[in-house]
Amino acid sequence: MATSSTTNMTRMELTRLKHRLKTARRGHKLLKDKRDELMKQFLTIVRLNKELRINVEEALMKAHASFTVASALMSPNMLEQALLYPKQSVSLNVQYQNIMSVNVPVFEFKTRSEDPGEIFPYGFAMTSGELDTAVDALSRVFQDMLKLAEVEKTTQLLAEEIEKTRRRVSALEYVMIPNMMEKIRYISMKLEENERGNITRLMKVKDMILKEAHGYQD
Amino acid sequence: MKGCVKSMYKVAVLGDRDSVLGFKALGLDVFFAEQKEQAAEQIHTLARKKYAVIYITETLAALIPQDIAQYKDEALPAIILIPGKKGSLGISMKNLKLSVERAVGVDIFND
Repeated sequence: MATSSTTNMTRMELTRLKHRLKTARRGHKLLKDKRDELMKQFLTIVRLNKELRINVEEALMKAHASFTVASALMSPNMLEQALLYPKQSVSLNVQYQNIMSVNVPVFEFKTRSEDPGEIFPYGFAMTSGELDTAVDALSRVFQDMLKLAEVEKTTQLLAEEIEKTRRRVSALEYVMIPNMMEKIRYISMKLEENERGNITRLMKVKDMILKEAHGYQD
Repeated sequence: MKGCVKSMYKVAVLGDRDSVLGFKALGLDVFFAEQKEQAAEQIHTLARKKYAVIYITETLAALIPQDIAQYKDEALPAIILIPGKKGSLGISMKNLKLSVERAVGVDIFND
């Protein structure tokens, strides 16, 4: 950006600056609105995130506890054999949702079979009951885990966007707009000064001409 | 950005054996890693493949914070921390707080 010493002291420059100031002001207002709305969304989503995180961690700990018991009761080989070939498989459908121009992913998961009993990929004869409990607990928490993934990603993306927007708002508010106003003031004062100088000069010239023509003196 | 194109993605779980083995029954793709280098390599490989969500145990995530932060601002994949068998280390809660601080400027959840 040109400093005031290199600015052209012309009316054209003044008009251009005034235009830019108007645009900057409008941009500032829009960005401020965007920031406020993003913040509103962010706060709701952060609360949800916190809640989900607590739930998921709690449920996972329970599942881990059962799993630990199961692995204590069964030999590692047996355990691995039981889980090695899952019957169920999960695939995700990812779509994007637009929150104030931030693209956030929305996950929708599809399991290969709808039957909840299908999650046990092993026969019940050789395995401990605790393993059933663990797998069951995991399958139940998985819904929440997926929701958590979605929400947590959204939180991160929104946080980034808010930070960016906030920076832009402050840059406009504290740097761009004051700078331009300063320049506009400077140019208009300079132009007024030129104008005054011109008037004085004209008066002087008029006096000189009158004197010359009529020997007029006042 | 992929826009609204529908495509199928997969879910991965990364962590030490005992913590993540159970997820195999759910049909998720389970990967084992215990060392730092191994984990970092796995994360990058998985991110390049069609994994939309990668769950990683906090214990492992604590070893490779930079590698995870790299994917923070991208839409995919979502790298989500889960507590391992040793319990929650509170890392993800701390991350959440950092996100809030980043956005709001102050921590509004100081409870």
